Amino acid sequence: MNDELKYLSLRAATGRLSRRSFLGRAGALGLSAVAANTMLAGAVKAAGPQKGGTIKVGISGGGSSDSLDPALSANQTQGMVSRMWGEPLVELKAGGGLEMRLAEEFSSSPDARVWTFKIRSGVSFSNGKPLTAEDVMATMERHSGEDTKSGALGIMRGIKAMRAEGMDFVIELETANADLPYLLTDYHLLIQPNGGNDDPTAAIGTGPYVLKSVEPGVRFVFEHNANHWNGEGHASTVELTVINDDTARMAALQSGQVHMVNRVPPRTAGLVSRVPGVNVHSKSGPGHYVFIAHVDTDPFSNQDVMLALKYGMNRQEMVDKILFGYGTVGNDIPINASYPLFTDLPQREYDPEKAAHHWKKSGHDQPVLLRTSDNSFPGAPDAAALFQQSLSQAGVPLEIKREPNDGYWSEVWNKQPFCTSYWSGRPVQDQMYSTAYLSSADWNDTRFKNEQFDQLLVAARAELDEGKRKQMYADMGMILHNEGGLICPMFNDFVDAHNDGVAGWDASAGFSMMNLYAPVKMWVTG
Amino acid sequence: MNPALKLVAQRLALGILLLFLVSILIFVGTIILPGDVAQSILGQSATPEALANLREELGLNEPALQRYLNWLGGLLQGDLGTALTNGQDIAASLGGRLKNTLFLAFWAAIVSVPLAIFLGLLAVRYRERWPDKLISAVTLASISIPEFLIGYVLMYFIGVKLGWAPTVATIHDGMSLGQKLNTIALPVSVLTLVVLAHMMRMTRAAILNVMQSAYIETAELKGLSMFLIIWKHAFPNSIAPIVNVVMLNLAYLVVGVVVIEVVFTYPGMGQYLVDHVSKRDIPVVQACGLIFAAVYIGLNMVADIVSILANPRLRHPK
Repeated sequence: MNDELKYLSLRAATGRLSRRSFLGRAGALGLSAVAANTMLAGAVKAAGPQKGGTIKVGISGGGSSDSLDPALSANQTQGMVSRMWGEPLVELKAGGGLEMRLAEEFSSSPDARVWTFKIRSGVSFSNGKPLTAEDVMATMERHSGEDTKSGALGIMRGIKAMRAEGMDFVIELETANADLPYLLTDYHLLIQPNGGNDDPTAAIGTGPYVLKSVEPGVRFVFEHNANHWNGEGHASTVELTVINDDTARMAALQSGQVHMVNRVPPRTAGLVSRVPGVNVHSKSGPGHYVFIAHVDTDPFSNQDVMLALKYGMNRQEMVDKILFGYGTVGNDIPINASYPLFTDLPQREYDPEKAAHHWKKSGHDQPVLLRTSDNSFPGAPDAAALFQQSLSQAGVPLEIKREPNDGYWSEVWNKQPFCTSYWSGRPVQDQMYSTAYLSSADWNDTRFKNEQFDQLLVAARAELDEGKRKQMYADMGMILHNEGGLICPMFNDFVDAHNDGVAGWDASAGFSMMNLYAPVKMWVTG
Repeated sequence: MNPALKLVAQRLALGILLLFLVSILIFVGTIILPGDVAQSILGQSATPEALANLREELGLNEPALQRYLNWLGGLLQGDLGTALTNGQDIAASLGGRLKNTLFLAFWAAIVSVPLAIFLGLLAVRYRERWPDKLISAVTLASISIPEFLIGYVLMYFIGVKLGWAPTVATIHDGMSLGQKLNTIALPVSVLTLVVLAHMMRMTRAAILNVMQSAYIETAELKGLSMFLIIWKHAFPNSIAPIVNVVMLNLAYLVVGVVVIEVVFTYPGMGQYLVDHVSKRDIPVVQACGLIFAAVYIGLNMVADIVSILANPRLRHPK
């Protein structure tokens, strides 16, 4: 490779030469377009982040009724917007573990009951007010008070007392919890001045960007915060446009009107990835699609009925036909390899003979009624039909009842004995299990009540020895796998895409859009 | 009293009564949908405590009749209230959306109405010959294809392949008029294609109807050119049905374009309304519903009045 090409590619990568003219000149030097593109991509990576420019994001999931209050954050648009202007105490690190944000360090008492977070000094909010431990405490109080409407209330319940001592913020728990720092990465818990009590929707925080213009459900514009404590953020402006229609979002990416999009529909992801200049990224995550049965209700209280249904589920077919391959098979527990301390259990396979055996043994002959709706997960009615087919080969009759989207979460889910649903997952196993599988959990949507499981869950919380904890979680997984009301056929991947206008995608970051930090961590290539 | 004035006053009073009935209908409609606004805001992640707290704060525990009367009282004082979901002032956020909707409807009308009438006249001039058949075939085809499909097809070929116009039509206040017009080029084209056929066919039919009359024959015998006959004698006499269908289509351009708004991500009222219906945000749904109903009733009233004024027999009743 000659020096002129190297020089040109570096100039193109640093934005001093346009991509188009680089490809033209490379062609003149006898390089094919594919080779030139590959070379440019390499040079972009080597040149490192570029400052300035505007990153444009096309994002789905927002509506014009959205609030700016992080306590009410419930979709990806709200999540991304609040991560731009606000920061949590600690955040999940790309590749696993925790990253210190507004806490400089934390420590716990040996029994994991009292946790002390040292608040970073020299940090200011975007209104100029310096960050104090009192602000942190006021924030946590707003999300945990009696009259709160925060989506984080569930994880704040175990807190007995909080206090601010100088720059230290101390949390005392009712019962020990080794996972507390992971719980504080929750996307609702962004630190606001005076906890946001003055105006929860002011969007004032310590984040790398400052919100300049807002039209809920339409468009958000941010400018870089020059005073950010570690100088994060490359682009000087970030523009978020809400594009909920799948086809319109993909067209905007292809025509270059936006640089990156979330939620590439699995059905068309293969086609989109073949468009020149577009990169599709798929990331396995903790989100899963489920068929949930109330194990305290007839006929699901009969273990043989449950086993017949579990063996009658063709998990690979679900991944292939419902997720178009953008996912992994489930194993009737809500946990997969994306969780810390995960142990692989023996995989349950589709086995019509075993399913028929258990069905006969159960003594039932009436059809099992499954309720489903379009919004319980994408493709749920199709998945229900596939399930009906695979069960019928085992002689197990399944009747499908299609429910309307409206009111599905209030009238069907967690009310009717057997339905389709989804879980977006949680950062740690303890939280997932305490949310939906502990006997006393509000959202125990399978009515799973097992004393041994509950004891293990509480014991694992206080266990600081990782090896022992891992074994406890494996034992709990096994109990749920065999006796639970959860039939989990698949874990869905997050599928995102960006074009060549930006660079710096980090495939090791979890969740969608690099844990929704893509506009902060990526840069414009010019 | 002047009969025309009396007519307008009568129609206005009826229109207001109709709006009142519409508001009751919308309120009842949103109440009987399953789930409430608190459930919709918190979604699957709602805890019973958070739900109870939110319901209390939003005043959802009051009886429905009381809530309706509160809303009506506010409305009569010109106060549309605040959205339950995000606490924003409805009048302020609705104002921007309404402006956008009217902006799109205005430019679509500017393009489509003259074009439709011109094509209608052209079709009459070359009746039963190839220009007539071509115009009819093209416009009928474009009205028969679902509008979202036309949107996607134009988006793919004009936006993605040729790169002539943006595929995302999100306009905002920072844009100049020229930039805004460029941004809405694709939605305006789709809307034009959708409303063209109806207006064009009606123009053609109305004029052809008049062309059978004796006075047209007289004009022909006078030696006037075909186009002049249509323009001077046939068109003024067929104005009433044409205005009617034009008004219907204008009303459609304001209240019926939610699909186009979604496809092109246009920040208009349709999208705003749908978002709030799915969240059961009753005050916003009421406000949008009233504006849509007012536009529809108002434009129909204009059509009625114009057709009466254009017809001497109706203008001077015995």
